[in-house]
Amino acid sequence: MGVDGIGARVARKEDRRFLTGKGRYTDDMSVPGMKYAVFVRSPHAHATITGIDATAARAMPGVIDVLDGKQLLADGIGNLICGWMIHSKDGSPMKMGAWRPLADKTVRYVGDAVAIVVADSVAEARDAAEAVVVDYDLLPVVTDPLQALAYGEPQLHPEAPNNLIFDWELGDAAAVDRALAAAAHVTELKIYNNRLAPNPMEPRATLGIYDAGDDHYTCYTTSQNPHLARLVMSAFYNVAPENKLRVIAPDVGGGFGSKIYIYPEEIVCLWASKRTGVPVKWTCDRTEAFLTDAHGRDHVSTVKMAFDAGNRIIALKVDTIANLGAYMSLFSSCVPTYLYATLLSGQYDIPAIHANVRSVYTNTVPVDAYRGAGRPEATYLLERTMETAARELGISPAELRRTNFIRSFPHQTPVIMNYDAGDYEASLNAAMTTADWSGFAARKAEAEGRGMKRGIGMSCYIEACGLAPSAAVGSLGAGVGLWESAEVKVNMAGTIEVMTGSHSHGQGHETTFAQLVADRLGLPIDSINIVHGDTDKVQMGMGTYGSRSGAVGMSALAKALDKVEAKAKKIAAHLMEADESDIVIEDGALKVAGTDRSVPWFQMALAAYTAHNLPPGLEPGLKESAFYDPANFTFPAGCYICEVEVDPETGRTHIVQFVAADDFGNIINPMIVEGQVHGGLAQGIGQALLEGVRYNDSGQLLTASYLDYAMPRADDVPSFNVSTSNTPCPNNPLGVKGCGEAGAIGSPPALINAITDAIGNNQLTMPATPEKVWAAAQAAH
Amino acid sequence: MAKVTMTVNGRQVSGVCDDRTLLVHFIRENLGLTGTHVGCDTSQCGACVVHMNGQSVKSCSILAAQAAGSAITTIEGLAQNGELHPVQAAFKAHHGLQCGFCTPGMVMTAVDMIRRHGSGLDEATVRFELEGNICRCTGYHNIVKAILAAAQEMGGVRQAAE
Repeated sequence: MGVDGIGARVARKEDRRFLTGKGRYTDDMSVPGMKYAVFVRSPHAHATITGIDATAARAMPGVIDVLDGKQLLADGIGNLICGWMIHSKDGSPMKMGAWRPLADKTVRYVGDAVAIVVADSVAEARDAAEAVVVDYDLLPVVTDPLQALAYGEPQLHPEAPNNLIFDWELGDAAAVDRALAAAAHVTELKIYNNRLAPNPMEPRATLGIYDAGDDHYTCYTTSQNPHLARLVMSAFYNVAPENKLRVIAPDVGGGFGSKIYIYPEEIVCLWASKRTGVPVKWTCDRTEAFLTDAHGRDHVSTVKMAFDAGNRIIALKVDTIANLGAYMSLFSSCVPTYLYATLLSGQYDIPAIHANVRSVYTNTVPVDAYRGAGRPEATYLLERTMETAARELGISPAELRRTNFIRSFPHQTPVIMNYDAGDYEASLNAAMTTADWSGFAARKAEAEGRGMKRGIGMSCYIEACGLAPSAAVGSLGAGVGLWESAEVKVNMAGTIEVMTGSHSHGQGHETTFAQLVADRLGLPIDSINIVHGDTDKVQMGMGTYGSRSGAVGMSALAKALDKVEAKAKKIAAHLMEADESDIVIEDGALKVAGTDRSVPWFQMALAAYTAHNLPPGLEPGLKESAFYDPANFTFPAGCYICEVEVDPETGRTHIVQFVAADDFGNIINPMIVEGQVHGGLAQGIGQALLEGVRYNDSGQLLTASYLDYAMPRADDVPSFNVSTSNTPCPNNPLGVKGCGEAGAIGSPPALINAITDAIGNNQLTMPATPEKVWAAAQAAH
Repeated sequence: MAKVTMTVNGRQVSGVCDDRTLLVHFIRENLGLTGTHVGCDTSQCGACVVHMNGQSVKSCSILAAQAAGSAITTIEGLAQNGELHPVQAAFKAHHGLQCGFCTPGMVMTAVDMIRRHGSGLDEATVRFELEGNICRCTGYHNIVKAILAAAQEMGGVRQAAE
């Protein structure tokens, strides 16, 4: 391995362009003749459209055209889809209401798109959008999922009676009920998981270009998976045939899940470009992002955890209502089901689990995957319950966890997952040592002397990364396979281009993917280029989400490198008249092991393309590709400990220390991994302390700007103490697990457990604002 | 419409724009300098921070016409002769960026912060003064580290020169 190889803290290749203002995000793209789009959006949460009059708007300065849902429908553009089929426990398929890219009859949330205005400038388009007259007949509104379900009215979609999308279960209800009846102790808790707005700093944008000369479409967009966007837009929305549609996701300014899905704007801008004959660019503003980017979380759950007399968990029963908003977004159905309930065993050996999930329509923004997607909800529920149980049972939270840890692998849980490897006690011990758990009592006493309430809390999370295998997810309802592809092109002079189906939007793939190549071939990292995000350049791909780039994307690259190595060795062996089994690749050369004979890498590459002297029958060139379909999920896990001081006078929580001890398997670049954990922790702390989407009763979004939605700022989070232990994943060639979501999954329960410990009141919901914490602390007296 | 002339990154530029055009849009659309970003509508996120006559300002809260005659530095003007500015170099060395979208604003804010405080900067001050810049990726941990390191580096350079 060279200095740039696996395990090295290599500074990122991509940083120079971001640091010098040369990043190229979608809104930075300009093409000749480009015009600007602004959407006319519903100001009402639920209404029937009785008329749209765009006459005045069309006559305004700079306006090219105003297009509405009736025109879209007439042109045969399809409805948005949800790509993961869930069946209710009675066997019936989920009840999906129609989601039109531009509403033609009914609007179902504030922000629902009704028409698009295309004009010479954004300002002119905005002026004209104000002048489009839409007549609405208002309908009753429901934003609370419990209310939507309980009364079944107002009903959002005729396809979904009582607003119930599905009533799904997983696990053995009878076994759980038997265990509950026989339990020595049952801990019961009601858990709210607050609705969040993902808020990548780059607002969504799209540039649709229809080229009438070639009858070809190009879509620049802020996407985490351009190939999937192309597939869905062609196969389901009839925007363009797949072979005539190029989707480019250039630099993308953060995703966190919110840029996985296909939104109406991409579809409508491409269609509008064809209708108007000009390239059409739309860029979201922040309020529009709050109104239309899919939100995350939003669960209401009740949980019962049963223990025997030895404090062993004997059963877990979970009943969850998941608010999916006004429409079913692309992945929404799998989030509260297969990404959530399958992780309810956590790190614990639980013999019986039953989860019931009811998903519900409300007049709110659609809810879909957000950093962690289902796993944060499962972990929060489980780890709040464990902490509560420890208090009720009168034993330390660490001891209760130790008593119940899974200790032998592989371990089959009662909820589908088969954990492959892990050492949960190692993470717990590491975190407790770093956090000086045993010294907490003295610190608490000292804080009390200053009038502060000090608390400590932990959480032990597990997550499932690298969604897989395709056959398994297919059998569970997924609409696509979850493999990844990679192509390695060795250029004539020996430099390397890697085309990957993964997409980087901050994760540093241009560096880590290059590190893998550098490691394998002994080449300098600067001689390796990583190409991603363009369906015309990359053969196929499924994009980046669920921490799949390392475990799946880089495994595909490893497979392609195997093929490159094998062929390179053949060529080198032929050039040196040696046996190919004796060839080793190191330090940029192919060497005959045990001799001083070698061929430089570039010379072998040139020989591959000159083809003057190749082994008989060997194809010229050196370019190999591979698809990799994982054998199993990967299971990163860890222990987080948070220590807080709460000011009883103000309710303000100050995080004194935050310790994260993770097991991510093998690590490609520790610097990047630490950065991913830091970012995840801040998002989790944001959820726990600050963030929450709020609607009023009429369905108006009250948190629609950074003045109203409390994003974590530098002063809201501490510096973190992070470390890793590395139990290699046995199921992929690199032994990697994934790290992108861990922080957001593990931190909310650790923080809330710490606050409830400090104030002596377990009744606290996220976000734990000073007002709520103060009230809970008062109530505890 | 107004004709505005200003100095941007040491070069005199002029352009014709709507009276309502914000400085950030003038920089991005008229001058094609797309390193300065727009991340919100309420001047909260700081992705659009540039320097105006040597001080950091949010270019989304100033009209282009108001900036007429001023000297503006954008992120594109920070590196000199192909060498990263010490703050840019520190962000790279300490992994103070991930998606890169908030980064130009963060760097411009940091340069001004260090100009005012020098190597006397401490973590609490950095966190307090970053109030006007939001990052969603990094958890701020490495941004703070990078700014403190750059302050040391630049303070040291200044002392050496004196």
